[in-house]
Amino acid sequence: MQLEYIGAFDVVLGVLARFWPVWVALVVVMGASFAYKKRLGLYGQLFDSAVGIAGVGICLFWLFTAIFASTIAPFNPLAQVAIMKDALPGAVEPQSGLVYLFGGDKLARDVFSRMVYGSQIVLIIAPAATGFALMVGITLGLPAGYYGGKIDTVLSFLANLVLAFPVILLFYLLVTPGIMDTPIPYAMAGLFFLFPIVFFSVLFWTRYKKRPDRLYILLGLTLIIGGWVYAGLVFDADPFRIIHIDPNQLNIFVAVVFASSPGVFRIVRGLVMDIKTRDYVAAAQTRGESPWYIMLWEILPNARGPLIVDACLRIGYTTILLGTLGYFGLGLAPESPDWGTAIKDASRLLRSFIHPALPPTIALMSFVLGLNLLADSLREQSMKD
Amino acid sequence: MLSFILRRLGTMALTMLCLTLVVFFLINLDPNLKKLAISQTEMHTSAEQLESWLVNHGYRQNFFSRYGQWLGIVPKQPVIDPATGAPAKRFSFCNDPVVPTFSGVLQGDFGCSTKFKTTVASKLFPALGATGILMFWVLVVMVPISLLIGILAGMREGTRTDRTLSVASIASTATPEYVSGVIFTVIFASWLGWLNGSAASASRGITFYNFTLPVMTLAIYGIGYIARMTRASMVEVMTQQYIRTARLKGLSFGSVVVKHALRNALIAPFTVIMLQFPWLLTGVVIVEVMFRYQGFGYTLVEAAGNNDIDLLLGCSLVSVFIVLITQLISDVGYAFLNPRIRVQ
Repeated sequence: MQLEYIGAFDVVLGVLARFWPVWVALVVVMGASFAYKKRLGLYGQLFDSAVGIAGVGICLFWLFTAIFASTIAPFNPLAQVAIMKDALPGAVEPQSGLVYLFGGDKLARDVFSRMVYGSQIVLIIAPAATGFALMVGITLGLPAGYYGGKIDTVLSFLANLVLAFPVILLFYLLVTPGIMDTPIPYAMAGLFFLFPIVFFSVLFWTRYKKRPDRLYILLGLTLIIGGWVYAGLVFDADPFRIIHIDPNQLNIFVAVVFASSPGVFRIVRGLVMDIKTRDYVAAAQTRGESPWYIMLWEILPNARGPLIVDACLRIGYTTILLGTLGYFGLGLAPESPDWGTAIKDASRLLRSFIHPALPPTIALMSFVLGLNLLADSLREQSMKD
Repeated sequence: MLSFILRRLGTMALTMLCLTLVVFFLINLDPNLKKLAISQTEMHTSAEQLESWLVNHGYRQNFFSRYGQWLGIVPKQPVIDPATGAPAKRFSFCNDPVVPTFSGVLQGDFGCSTKFKTTVASKLFPALGATGILMFWVLVVMVPISLLIGILAGMREGTRTDRTLSVASIASTATPEYVSGVIFTVIFASWLGWLNGSAASASRGITFYNFTLPVMTLAIYGIGYIARMTRASMVEVMTQQYIRTARLKGLSFGSVVVKHALRNALIAPFTVIMLQFPWLLTGVVIVEVMFRYQGFGYTLVEAAGNNDIDLLLGCSLVSVFIVLITQLISDVGYAFLNPRIRVQ
């Protein structure tokens, strides 16, 4: 049977039309931000430069794509329609009359839908893993920078140990099917996921020690929510079955957190060593504040600028790492629609078909570019102050 | 200075010891050993036969004694052939000792590769040589281009040239090797047909036709980062008092940049280029797999994919060594180039 095709111009129009929820959301959010940019602080200042607008726009575009993926994508990312195998862009699927906008891949799946659904995987794992890496890096970097001495020596040595590992080797050792049979990924997850709970508990304890009414509520909330997420993620024992993570996703998650927390640690340590010589820290010390109060409530808020910039860059870098994992077929399921796996599948067949390779590469590149532009413009804005 | 280097070398040795121990532990996890036994024996082997293969080839000895043997501080024991009862070689394809001897990494014996059926040394060092050639060309392309972009962007901060080049360098840092590799292959190999999409023939002889794509792909990710660092350092130097003095005494802009600014602006990029090596290592792995170039990265992936214990240990030792030695060179070189910094 002969496939029907629509023209290149119609493909472009079709793609733009499929993204309609994203355009609506983008116009609303960007319009509102632009109108109220004077009142939005650092975020509002981003809208003063073209680079900043581009960065925010690209990041929001992918965020909304991930949120509205099921509306945007015309097909199921895993569905195979045999007749559409290696179909060129613009081929019309005979049964539903919908179009394979970017063509079909070698397993006859819709490349466009896979790209759209791939954004979900990336936008969940990359920011979440970066968040945990920040927690681990901050919780360990603060005492290392503040106390110095033996704690610093030991922690820095450990951080340098991890940093001396080439990332790719680390992944080949930590993300294997075999390691899932051992308790290592679960032990590491148990350790890393403890850090946010410890961080927030200490944060509230140091601030509201003298005000039990506030303290007990906040501490209780931290322990309940933290314990709930912890049980769901580490033991897969969430009593309400809401929080669930596949064992292989947990493995990837842990490996990515492990690989990027030493970087955060080094940055936090350096910032703390700089900030602890300031007068307001000396004032707090003279007042007799506890060391952890000074670290968390005096030093950390003043280190936030570089940390926010670093977090943006790090989400981009984590996206690249996830792509690397997908490219080597580590961890993620072989049929998973994430961009790295799609690039791997397509790059083996570049000699015959190029159309399945381009959408995921351009998607990954544009998302990382958006984050880098955002980070660059944040850095410029925060330097102006 | 000498004691500083010696102390650093000591830390380096300790780091390598810890890391190899970790790698050794991870590759010798039980599931990995089982995988190795399955790939090394015939199909449909029973669980007992797999176990006896592992015992016969010495994989069930005590963990620390095996690590010691690999390192060369515990004498390597020959395995006992179950048929004859006489001591025998572990693998027929490489000459393990048949009498207990100290023969580990410290003695220069890297062990046996089970995947390639040869000694690790005879596989690893030619691969390293091939990667060395690739690295050399990458550096030849990457360093001058990135320094040039950084200097051009940084010498007049805020101009249109600066903005264009800065956005271009940000775009290049946002393009990992597996993305740029695919895009370049599509453009230059599939579409224009100028270059070869595979570098498999490059191990027999390097030509512009088969080697440009891997070099270009590897260089592009690093160029942006080094260029941005050079730009930042150049911008800082250009605001210094002595630059203003030189301008005010009537020197031309070009000669101020070349004679006064460049020398100080290039100290920071030196460190950055040195610290770029660990990143290049990951890139090398991706590029060599993508373009089928038989170098170090290709060997590493083969070793990891087949759980080739000795070869993977050799690869990790080499890569960790490269990371640590470039860090040392960058620290020492920085102190050497910048007389204001003296190492305590």
